[in-house]
Amino acid sequence: MSVSLTYAYYPGCSSTGTSIEYDMSSRAICAALDITLTDVPNWSCCGSTPAHTVDHTLSSALSARNLCQVASMGLTAAVTPCPSCLSNLKTAQHRMKNDSFREKVSKLLDKPADITVETKSVLQILVEDYGIEKIKAKVTKPLTGLIVAAYYGCIMNRPAEIMNFDDREHPMAMDNIMTALGATVVPFPLKVECCGASFGIPRKDVVMRLSGKLLDTAKEMGAMALVTACPLCQMNLDMRQEQINSANGSKHHMPIFYFTQLMGLAFGLSEKELGIDKLCVNPRSVINALGMEGDSKEKSQ
Amino acid sequence: MNVINLTSSCNSDFVRQVEEESGQQLSLCYQCGKCTAGCPYTTEYDIPVSQIMRLTQAGQKELVLKSKSLWLCATCESCTARCPNKIDVARIMDVLRHMARREGYGGVKTVKTFWDSFLHSVQKNGRVFEVGLLANYISHTGRFWTDMGLGPMMLPKGKIHLKPSAMQGKEEVAKIFRRYTEESSK
Repeated sequence: MSVSLTYAYYPGCSSTGTSIEYDMSSRAICAALDITLTDVPNWSCCGSTPAHTVDHTLSSALSARNLCQVASMGLTAAVTPCPSCLSNLKTAQHRMKNDSFREKVSKLLDKPADITVETKSVLQILVEDYGIEKIKAKVTKPLTGLIVAAYYGCIMNRPAEIMNFDDREHPMAMDNIMTALGATVVPFPLKVECCGASFGIPRKDVVMRLSGKLLDTAKEMGAMALVTACPLCQMNLDMRQEQINSANGSKHHMPIFYFTQLMGLAFGLSEKELGIDKLCVNPRSVINALGMEGDSKEKSQ
Repeated sequence: MNVINLTSSCNSDFVRQVEEESGQQLSLCYQCGKCTAGCPYTTEYDIPVSQIMRLTQAGQKELVLKSKSLWLCATCESCTARCPNKIDVARIMDVLRHMARREGYGGVKTVKTFWDSFLHSVQKNGRVFEVGLLANYISHTGRFWTDMGLGPMMLPKGKIHLKPSAMQGKEEVAKIFRRYTEESSK
């Protein structure tokens, strides 16, 4: 028997709200796969994009506080579902290899910055540490008939030297997981094209254009749904889909799943624990087409 | 096409400073334009990213730091991923907006206000509190209609909260910001 996998879990701010279903489904599938996630105590925001646009020392200090929290747990491996958190944590670690930079960061903290912790995304531990074959073995309800496009967003794999995961232009991790679940994955040329990121509030027009292009292309490629790994991408495509339709004169009704939700469905977990009802674009017709009629077991109880 | 007299206008201190803060060698850029070709935001920019690179090489500090492009870059890393000379272009864009902030350039008001409101929320609460962030943004921009329609959809799903999350240790985060302000004023 293999040793069970254990990680410090850094949920990130969006997990407490706008991407609550990503958090729920990440925890649920890890539990189903006997992967132990222990929450980082009193974790704080990584600063996301705004911090690194202001100053790199400030940005790294906000991440470094959390890396210190992980180290205090006695763990050296941390995992987060969010690529933006991951990018900040990894960038901080990378830059803090430089002694003088690390000293500058430590000056902003209560204790010296830690450089022993390794961080990965939930997606990365699933494909690298757990393994596609073992995921496949856990499938009890294959997603046969589901046609998806896998959308990775721009920073899950980039910059390559820091993220050190999959391919910077043509990542396959989610494609391979979806195939293992029994879904059909269409080629998607915009896999790593930006969705408009955090411009939803200050420049909504940009998100309408960029996310609109993603939805148009996914539809043209024949996808019934998009599958994502990033809270910000998912929110732009899902929560803003009606805004996109109004702005662009389109009529999309494209469910935007987190890949963890589809894994959970294929493992036979309930829709409730995967937060399927939290999605803004109702995925009912797509799920029904798979022969899954909602949480029938729970309803009949 | 703009004609720039390099003899009289090249600010070599600026070039050195950008190189030092970004850890990148600007002279490696040979203007292939690949960064601009792949930039999803180039239609919004006043100066395309490859020209920002050229103007920075040429020490055109004011032209670069007043550019709106710096504030419309989402750090999507396409430029960095595709540069044939392995220049971390996105990092240079980041460093340029740090300098623009320090030198008091206003940038794109809505974007700067959003980023400031975000960090204000983190400083105050330790984690981002979206409703507070939005209220702060609206009070500074007067854009009262911002995402008004989304509240009724998101509230019942528990995806937005009316109160910030109660985390212990948020004063540690506030201290990071305080020390940062103290260090940068030295």
